[in-house]
Amino acid sequence: MPDLIAKPPLAGRAALTLAGVTLAMADPGQITSVAPLKGQDKALAKALKVLGLSFPAPNQVSSKGDVRLVWTGRDQAFLIGAEPRGLDGLAALADQSDGWAALRLDGPGAGDVLARLYPLDLRAAAFPVGRVARAPFNHMSSILMRPGPDRFEILVFRSMARTAWHEAGAAMRALAARAALG
Amino acid sequence: MRITCPLCGPRDRREFTYYGAEDYLHRPAPDAAPEAWDAYLHLRDNPAGITRDLWYHETGCTAWLLVTRNTVTHEILEVALVAGRSAPKPARGRRAAP
Repeated sequence: MPDLIAKPPLAGRAALTLAGVTLAMADPGQITSVAPLKGQDKALAKALKVLGLSFPAPNQVSSKGDVRLVWTGRDQAFLIGAEPRGLDGLAALADQSDGWAALRLDGPGAGDVLARLYPLDLRAAAFPVGRVARAPFNHMSSILMRPGPDRFEILVFRSMARTAWHEAGAAMRALAARAALG
Repeated sequence: MRITCPLCGPRDRREFTYYGAEDYLHRPAPDAAPEAWDAYLHLRDNPAGITRDLWYHETGCTAWLLVTRNTVTHEILEVALVAGRSAPKPARGRRAAP
């Protein structure tokens, strides 16, 4: 087995701060897609309980510490930040760690930046902390999460990492330019 | 136009891909009459009014949806998951060719 070197997408890219919003690459750790097998719902719920998690309802996330189980589709969730221990035979598991790039937006204007990119109502009343959405980031499929009131996390396909960075940067520049006009 | 995905909630229709009429859900039995297969593959209604068709939530949750809509008023009347519906009866002699 050759000795492979894991390399995160956009490795070494410095964070970008504009208009009070910081765009940075994030390292979500291990990502495993968890799709419950037929008739295993109860057993899976038990196994997830050991991890301190429960299978999330649509658009929700179940979390314990740094470990998250994020809803990503019908009968599918991503286990992020932990190994899928004890889930064998209860759910179809697929390691997707290398398939995704994670971006993080921090700052009071993070929602305003994303409002230029997502066709969603991202105000706190409609998209509260802890909410998840499968939604297009401009034209890219993505998973949008809101871990904090001023923090968003976005997962895009790894091949889209540079495009996503560019799009987010462009929206931030536009926002900063508008703010500069007063 | 907005389609309310049963999983994701109301979304812009550009997130969805149109596939075709609901007829695709009613695949004839393998031994059905050639007329039934002809109808399944080729014959489609083109109603001015309520119609049902299949949409794919492509940039969302990737679920297949059965959308009931009005082609005259553009109202979306009902959206349901294809996966959740009860098993359809095979359309044996349904809508034979005229």
